[in-house]
Amino acid sequence: MTVWVETDLCDGCRRCLKACPYGAIDMKAKKAVVLDHCTSCGACIQVCKNEAMLTDVVPREIPDFTDRQGVWVFAEQRKGQLTRVSLELLGKARSLGEELGQQTAALLVGNGVSGLGETLISHGADKVFLMEHALLDVYRSEPYTIAMETVIRDHRPNILLVGATHIGRDLAPRLAHRLGVGLTADCTELTIDPGEKILLQTRPAFGGNVMATIANRYSRPQMATVRPGVMKAEEFPGHKGELVNIEISLTSEMVRTEVLDSIKEEKRAVELSSAKVIIAGGRGVGNAQGFEVLRELAAVMDGEVAGTRVAVEEGWISSDHQVGQTGVTVRPEIYIACGISGAIQHRAGMMNSRYVVAINNDPRAPIFQVADWGIVGDVTEIVPELIEQLKQGRENVIGL
Amino acid sequence: MDIVVLVKQVPNTTDVKLDKNTGNLIREGLESIMNPDDRNALEFALQIKAEYGGTITMVSMGPPQAVDVLSEAMGMGADKGLLLSDMAFAGADTWATSYTLGKAIEKIERFDLIICGRQAIDGDTAQIGPQVADFLDIPQITYVTDIETVSNKEVIVKRRLEDGHERVASQLPALLTILGGANNPRYPNIGGLLAACEENAPLAAWNAADIGVMVNDVGLAGSLTHVIKTYVPKFKRQGETLEGTTAEVVRQLIQHLGKSEGASACKAVAATCRLMADTKQEGI
Repeated sequence: MTVWVETDLCDGCRRCLKACPYGAIDMKAKKAVVLDHCTSCGACIQVCKNEAMLTDVVPREIPDFTDRQGVWVFAEQRKGQLTRVSLELLGKARSLGEELGQQTAALLVGNGVSGLGETLISHGADKVFLMEHALLDVYRSEPYTIAMETVIRDHRPNILLVGATHIGRDLAPRLAHRLGVGLTADCTELTIDPGEKILLQTRPAFGGNVMATIANRYSRPQMATVRPGVMKAEEFPGHKGELVNIEISLTSEMVRTEVLDSIKEEKRAVELSSAKVIIAGGRGVGNAQGFEVLRELAAVMDGEVAGTRVAVEEGWISSDHQVGQTGVTVRPEIYIACGISGAIQHRAGMMNSRYVVAINNDPRAPIFQVADWGIVGDVTEIVPELIEQLKQGRENVIGL
Repeated sequence: MDIVVLVKQVPNTTDVKLDKNTGNLIREGLESIMNPDDRNALEFALQIKAEYGGTITMVSMGPPQAVDVLSEAMGMGADKGLLLSDMAFAGADTWATSYTLGKAIEKIERFDLIICGRQAIDGDTAQIGPQVADFLDIPQITYVTDIETVSNKEVIVKRRLEDGHERVASQLPALLTILGGANNPRYPNIGGLLAACEENAPLAAWNAADIGVMVNDVGLAGSLTHVIKTYVPKFKRQGETLEGTTAEVVRQLIQHLGKSEGASACKAVAATCRLMADTKQEGI
């Protein structure tokens, strides 16, 4: 119990009894008694005139973390292939590390993957912690969590970045919980606070139109996931690093899941992340036929078609074409947003586009605030006209 | 097969509008809904129940009005609803939320399976499932698109990856997070909805004392991450609204694009722009 009554001071006024939101105070022999289900909320302490309610709850303090050193990246590999986002994060980790005067390390987990160490070093890792085990061959939440937990507890890093892939988003929250540390998902920006030297993690937040900067003051490592395509991979030719083997003790009893098959699906040629021109459609496109018109425009402009979450949910376009917080992050030269209102979740995926065109019949739609050129009008009228005019130009140039 | 389904009430963020002057979200008319992925989670639970029997207990953390999503779930066929509601739970990050949910689930007598949506549309973190699984020390499978078989000891599911999928078996009890669109959630039936509104409906509300937690360990006070700043992102965009007839605005757009550096990315734009310039000269 962390709240108790100094019986000598209690005059039996029952103020605390009325103030307790949990009914956790009783009167015995005209004195207040705190019951077992007290939550230490402190409501009784505030109303007691005689200062008879005492507590040993101390206000939270920020612990001293000066011994936590190093900016680390989870180097995700699948079947011996490093994911691109791991290298993107290493570049970011390196610049954060330089600012803090701390080393950059990559955590390489798998079986027979030591050959990837060189790539990690040339992309900025000062150290590569290698954890190999037969049970770490294919990714599974439990053994990977154990491996990561082991090396983090022993080597006490300051920051840990994880790519927000399906695997990263499975591993990071379980690991953060295991370590008892905070985790910020899908950051779009990571910086060091110049005064406090903590990691400032910025991500689009609820509210539709705001970015939130989040701090993790009470636990280490400061953990964040970052979506693929947000940071840029960098090469550091001639950079030297060290490969450190870490022993992981694992037995099959520790692993309660088994991957029975892994089926690779032939990706159709949707290369949104490298497309120069993207024609994207949202709710305002209205139906699947509307998307046919967008495809026609994409064909004329040699671009790709994409959609918002609504368009995907409506079944107008498949989910591998989704742009936004839950889909792909794109950075084309020209992005034409058709019938898209522009919720932050969508904007998060396209705001790095070079030029943005918005076509929407609602002049209040947020998409206009991030567009270079806006047309207030019906997509079903504007887009066919755009196709018509561009076709004329195209036909005029032989060979196009 | 006793199943716990985690569910969240969220604002419908798919139809967001901004105030043109302040840049703020227009909250009027923004409805509260059951988080879409959670609907898919419940649908799987109902299918499993139909085949193997058992009970479905819905658990939600939220303000008192979040009871609406529990009623809706019961209209769809869930057996019981449990709302974790307390001022002290407010402002929780995922650490504090998973602790609160975990402590409540520990109080539920037995469960074989916990099913939840992959993520909620108001936060998009996808953290609660794995964190609750770790709190309870049970295995997790995330991004599930199909549940193949369920037995007393094991569940076999399909899990989506970026470039394909896996078939994964897990011992029970286990926690699954379901991808939106994995199935077609049924509609609630009127009888079930009405029953959920009756006084003796199997709906309970628990506060911090009921689940045996200290106020300092939950909500904002128990959170490890804190929002220190929010801001409306500024974009360096020209933000020009084109005006005129359809043909005119389209023409202006092509000209703007053609003059920009984006022209090199699209041959059609460049060609059309040249054509327009030529026609104009002929006109003179």
